[in-house]
Amino acid sequence: MSILNAIEVAGVEKIYGGSVHALSNVDFHVADNEFAVLLGPSGCGKSTLLNLIAGFEDVTDGDVRVFGTPVAAPGPDRAVVFQEAALFPWLSVIDNVTFGPRMQGRSAAEYMPVAEEFLRLVGLQDFYDKLPSQLSGGMKQRVGIARALVMNPRVLLMDEPFGALDAQTRLSMQELLLRVWDTHKKTVLFITHDIDEAILLADTVYVMSARPGRIAVKIPIELPRPRGVDLLTDDTFNELRREIMGHIRTGATIQQAA
Amino acid sequence: MDKTTALPIDPAAANAAGASGRGRAAERRGMAVIPYRESRLKGIAQSLALPVIVLIVWEIAGRAGLIMSGILPYPSLVAQGWWTWAFGENVMGLNAYAGTWAENAFNSFERVAKGYVVAILIGVPVGVIIGWSKLAARIVDPTIQSMRPIPITAWLPFSIALFGIRDFGAIFLIALGAFYPIVVNATHGARDVSTNLIRAAAMMGANRRQMLFRVVFPSALPAIFTGMRIGLGIAWTAVIVAEMVAVKSGLGYVLWDAYYVGRMDIVIADMVSIGILGFMSDWLIVQLQNYCLKWKQQR
Ligand SMILES: Nc1ncnc2c1ncn2[C@@H]1O[C@H](COP(=O)(O)OP(=O)(O)OP(=O)(O)O)[C@@H](O)[C@H]1O
Ligand SMILES: [Mg+2]
Repeated sequence: MSILNAIEVAGVEKIYGGSVHALSNVDFHVADNEFAVLLGPSGCGKSTLLNLIAGFEDVTDGDVRVFGTPVAAPGPDRAVVFQEAALFPWLSVIDNVTFGPRMQGRSAAEYMPVAEEFLRLVGLQDFYDKLPSQLSGGMKQRVGIARALVMNPRVLLMDEPFGALDAQTRLSMQELLLRVWDTHKKTVLFITHDIDEAILLADTVYVMSARPGRIAVKIPIELPRPRGVDLLTDDTFNELRREIMGHIRTGATIQQAA
Repeated sequence: MDKTTALPIDPAAANAAGASGRGRAAERRGMAVIPYRESRLKGIAQSLALPVIVLIVWEIAGRAGLIMSGILPYPSLVAQGWWTWAFGENVMGLNAYAGTWAENAFNSFERVAKGYVVAILIGVPVGVIIGWSKLAARIVDPTIQSMRPIPITAWLPFSIALFGIRDFGAIFLIALGAFYPIVVNATHGARDVSTNLIRAAAMMGANRRQMLFRVVFPSALPAIFTGMRIGLGIAWTAVIVAEMVAVKSGLGYVLWDAYYVGRMDIVIADMVSIGILGFMSDWLIVQLQNYCLKWKQQR
């Protein structure tokens, strides 16, 4: 029945401090259970857009809705996975993962089995009592993902969650995320500036251009699922990569650096 | 662009370089390995050398009559005076100090404890709230900042006028002196909370009260402890000053009184006592800090 889009962004402008035009007339929507990826060069406004949807910042003009409701403030219906994990350093892994349900006053009987399930899913069942400082970058990111999933959010917002990881860890995290998404369908908005990562994960890739930030082109990725990293050498994959690179190169406003 | 860096590197050569690099590192570590107990004893001996030599020279010079012992009594005289101060009996009122050390030390300690606890109970919440709420900062911070340059010693006459020669005046000074570093550091700590942690808590549904107690306060705790340690030092300064002027007991009172009657052995013993008590109370705070900030140490 639901013809409501999970995320609906219409005519959004974002100007910082009266002069930095971070986003200009951004229009796009993400369907329920769609995996959407925002791809673009550094500084094109990807994080800004995600922060508006998360409710961390206010639009200068335009409309941001999540399942029809205008976004006013951050909330547990829109879980965010941050680039630097942003775990509470004084809390153990399990306390970090259960922070959301605890703040919402849920009972331990309700959230503990779920938390344990997700910790197992991300392979951290043996690290309950560890502190974030005792974990590697990839492990911290996995805690960040588990903590987001435990809240059973309607939308998962991920801002370059694997950007700070080495290539090897990054690949295994991408596989992990694909596995999680296949078993727990969710609406995901994922930010990256890595073309391979975008194609591997997305149902739809939105290429952004910079100064001011806009959605330049929408590219559906019709690769079969479930996907794995072996896809990276696939012919269709390489074609898509060439196509996206073409868009990035021809996009006059996009910096060479991308 | 530098062409040489773009050349493919011979993997074998790179490996060899890596291996020898590791080898050198291990060697360097190996050279530093001295049996733990031995290196520790050596360290203690090195730190003790200077004070021990000073004490010996002082003792010898004193006994040889090179220093007037009425002004600067040598160590063994101080030790004797201290012993009587601590354990002696006031026979026929001949030695007013005999046996009063513990009582006076306790008096000072108790005042510091009281004033310090007041400073923490007020300074920590006020500081965290100033750091957290811009409104609170606008209302309270300018007042605190404009009072802060007034040294606590300058408050003495005011405090005596207000509270008289009573315990309360001393405790007021101690609390005031310790309050400033605690409130200032707590403010900084609460203000420096990482935006991402605030956002993470907000997206997980934390309300303002939870944000304050579960995110801002723990984030500020390391800074709060820094302020508490500085505050403790000021508390001991304040208690001595206050007791010299505003009350008739405690190590500060004895210090000034002994000076007036020319008992320099007691003066020196008193100074050392203050140092020891200050050191011990700081040690206690450090233990509390280590316990509360366990998450900062484990790496
Ligand atoms: N709080 C802010 N105040 C002022 N300018 C800002 C602020 N946040 C972002 N900007 C500016 O807005 C533009 C977009 O920034 P944004 O962080 O959204 O880029 P991004 O696409 O996420 O880049 P990256 O890939 O490096 O994370 C940049 O020019 C940035 O300098
Ligand atoms: Mg960004």
